[in-house]
Amino acid sequence: MGQRSDGERNVSEPAAVEARDTVKTFGAGEQAVRALDRVSLTIRRGEFFTLLGPSGCGKTTLLRLIAGFESPTAGAILIGGRDVTAEPPNRRPVNTVFQSYALFPHLTVAQNVGFGLEMLGRPMAEVRATVERMLALVKLEAMAGRRPQQLSGGQQQRVALARALAPAPQVLLLDEPLSALDLKLRKEMQGELKRLQHETGITFVFVTHDQEEALTMSDRIGVMSAGRLLQVGPPREIYNRPVNRFVADFIGESNFLPGRVERGAVRLGSGDLVSVPGLPPEGTAVTIAVRPEQVRIGAAGEPGTIAATLTDAVYFGTDTHCHLALADGAEVVARLQSPPSGEIGLAPGARVGLRFAEGAVQVLGD
Amino acid sequence: MAVPDAGTAAADRAGAPARRVARRPGRAFSVTRLPGFGLVAVTVFVLLYAPIATLIVYSFNDAPTISVWGGFSLRWYADAWANQQVKDAALRSLLIASFAAAISTTVATMAALGTTRRGRFPGQTFIYVMINQPLMVPEIVTAVALLIFFAAIKVATGYQGLGYLILAHSAFCVPFAYLPIRARLESMDLSLETAAADLYATPWQTFRRVTLPLMAPGIAAGAMLAFVISLDDVIITEFVKSAGQDTLPTYMLGKLRRAITPEVNAISTALLGLTVLLLTAFFLLTRKRG
Amino acid sequence: MSLATESGRDRARARNGWLLSLPALVLLIVGASGPLLIVVTYSFLKPGEYSGVIWEFSGQAWFQVLFQRDIFDGTLGWADAHLTIFWRSVRLSLLTTAITFAAGLPTAWFIAMQPPDRRAMWLFLITIPFWTNLLIRTFAIMEVIRNEGILNSALMGLGLIDRPVQILYTDTAILIGMAYVYLPLMVLPLYAAIDRFDLRLMEAGYDLYASRMRVLRRIILPIIRPGIVAGSILVFVPSLGAYVTPRLLGGGKNMMIGNFIELQFGQGRNWPLGSALSMVLLAVVMIALLVYVRVAARGDVVR
Repeated sequence: MGQRSDGERNVSEPAAVEARDTVKTFGAGEQAVRALDRVSLTIRRGEFFTLLGPSGCGKTTLLRLIAGFESPTAGAILIGGRDVTAEPPNRRPVNTVFQSYALFPHLTVAQNVGFGLEMLGRPMAEVRATVERMLALVKLEAMAGRRPQQLSGGQQQRVALARALAPAPQVLLLDEPLSALDLKLRKEMQGELKRLQHETGITFVFVTHDQEEALTMSDRIGVMSAGRLLQVGPPREIYNRPVNRFVADFIGESNFLPGRVERGAVRLGSGDLVSVPGLPPEGTAVTIAVRPEQVRIGAAGEPGTIAATLTDAVYFGTDTHCHLALADGAEVVARLQSPPSGEIGLAPGARVGLRFAEGAVQVLGD
Repeated sequence: MAVPDAGTAAADRAGAPARRVARRPGRAFSVTRLPGFGLVAVTVFVLLYAPIATLIVYSFNDAPTISVWGGFSLRWYADAWANQQVKDAALRSLLIASFAAAISTTVATMAALGTTRRGRFPGQTFIYVMINQPLMVPEIVTAVALLIFFAAIKVATGYQGLGYLILAHSAFCVPFAYLPIRARLESMDLSLETAAADLYATPWQTFRRVTLPLMAPGIAAGAMLAFVISLDDVIITEFVKSAGQDTLPTYMLGKLRRAITPEVNAISTALLGLTVLLLTAFFLLTRKRG
Repeated sequence: MSLATESGRDRARARNGWLLSLPALVLLIVGASGPLLIVVTYSFLKPGEYSGVIWEFSGQAWFQVLFQRDIFDGTLGWADAHLTIFWRSVRLSLLTTAITFAAGLPTAWFIAMQPPDRRAMWLFLITIPFWTNLLIRTFAIMEVIRNEGILNSALMGLGLIDRPVQILYTDTAILIGMAYVYLPLMVLPLYAAIDRFDLRLMEAGYDLYASRMRVLRRIILPIIRPGIVAGSILVFVPSLGAYVTPRLLGGGKNMMIGNFIELQFGQGRNWPLGSALSMVLLAVVMIALLVYVRVAARGDVVR
């Protein structure tokens, strides 16, 4: 069987992880909280998959269900095509990198890394060899005999990684592993994680609330909110074709303008018409979304532009954010690249004409 | 073909939608559960309270022996109450415990103020060791030491009064009074006293108006523990007391060595009630802190 | 200048610390610690005829702790009766420690896993017996295990035995009593250690393929070791010096060191021997405490 497309391969080879109609409720009766609401998800083999969402959206709960630390209230979890819903975590071929690292304080770095293999009953020689290889992989050979609490945060992070990778799991689960690190170290570890994923070929399931982290590292992203999985797709698709206002707002920044479909275009509250392809029927109320970097500013009265007044210009270094008011007072933010002088040459109160870049306008359902 | 036909297996599974909707909650994996631990714990609690419960129940038994149930009665309480020896012992116990609690709490409060919140100073460890010494030395050893010491003083001075018991009890109650007071002091916010000083309070005023009211729950807790500890003491009292100075516990010890009547159950129950009452107060006092 | 005021403040701090602690120190020296020195002195004197001592130096008491001279031929031999008592004390104390650990670990775990607002209540339930009069608790056990007590009645009622089993006045009775009486001393430090234990380490253990038994043995027990040591010492030390429990449950014959010491000050009329035995007991307890301090210090490093 040839590999004609991703979809084709998916059918012939079981998915790395599959969640089917998974529900997780905490508490009971009146106080019951639904942390996951009928989530179905397929994660492909060898992919770097990110679960993205604000805190409390259920992404960590989903990860814990895959790891087996919690049991779903309803639905099933499959790993490599095998239903593991009823299996305890110690029988699942997945390993976790914990947010707090959860390194055993009473064991050395090498003993921590070798723990999983030892529990699997591997011969000592193999354990020792794998530990050495793993420590080399994360560049911590020199620290083998230390205790975790004698290491820096970044080093502990790498031990946690090595420990989870050592048993060669089918899937590696990472629960916001970089959140405790400072910015510089975080950037470094992002690259490191990508490299490790390439070298090992293991499926990574990564949980984060950091959209930039998600966009730069993932093959595919699943955006979650309030226990629901809203959109799954590659970073570009998530960013450029958000399915709803939440996704558009949570990932990057967006201008949202309400309007109504009229004569094949959207009539904004200010009276201006914006033409967008693929609109719902006439008269439907819609919201259009435009990224600030896709807003262009020209001279006032230029044909095809929307009249606006500059209310404020905020200097951000590389960019300058121009806050503009339309005729009805609706606010639009335009992000311009700062000129060499740093001055955009417009003072608050200046009248301008603005335009949205070709193909940049999204029509959102609610 | 080393790999079995995983594809079809997966397709089969995919074809049959997951039916595992309602799972019995008892089967769900729980990280913190360890097999058998809950059962042992519940058994421990039952075994811990069963003998005490039996003791209490039989104190209301009308029958003169403890092995048969003869109906509900308060006769053993009446007997104990009518027994002059019991009454004397009870009063003596309360008197000694009151003195011991007052003395030990006073010196423990001072020591707690001296040893906390002022950084380390030379000899601090020595003070800690001395204060906690009664917790470390076996009671029988202290009892023997006091027997020898007080016997010599009794011969030398001729004084035979309750002073010896009060002194001994005050001493071994010190650590019990000290620990809650110290805990309270350590959890107190130093900035309150700084604020008082900033508002022109003299050190004495600061102590009277800020420090002392704030540490009062700790002092009350310490005094209560000291009282309970003194009330319950058997060994040191047994060795130190002169003739005719029985406290309630030593009176009971004497009784238990001979024939046991349900009167002892009644006295035990009464003493138990008092202890639980004081401990509940202690529990509520220390809990409010949070 | 600033250095001078610094050290001046240090000195004032130390002086005030000592002054405020002085009343407590005096009370404890007169009422607890000081007399211990007299005991040391007495252990080197000769016994008086009825009680007390004769003020003459003698190493006889220390010799008698372990050895005896045959009354007929004067040959030297081990003091078998003493050794039996020492052995019983150590054996029963170790067994008590083991039993309280086996029962105390699940209990402490159970309490620590309760919702935070209910933990205080469970702890309080453990603490009540702890503060309750030792005598009353021993008496309660006595009632349960006596020949006419509820245990034997229940067993006979169930037809498991046809005659009461003699438990009271045996070593077993002492063991049951001490385990009952000292259990809270094991549960409390174990609870404190489990409460500090990071439960996520268990998740990590399961995640790395450890079974429940292995998570317990390889992760939980090593990490809560300081609590285990503390609980063991807290149970072992008072067990070794127990007086009331063996006195009431062991009857007159099954003595432990505490009772044997008392005997020397009563019918034994040998105050120097009693003093020497007290010092032996104190020394063993101090060694146990030193071991604890060392282990606890090492535990801090691991944490």
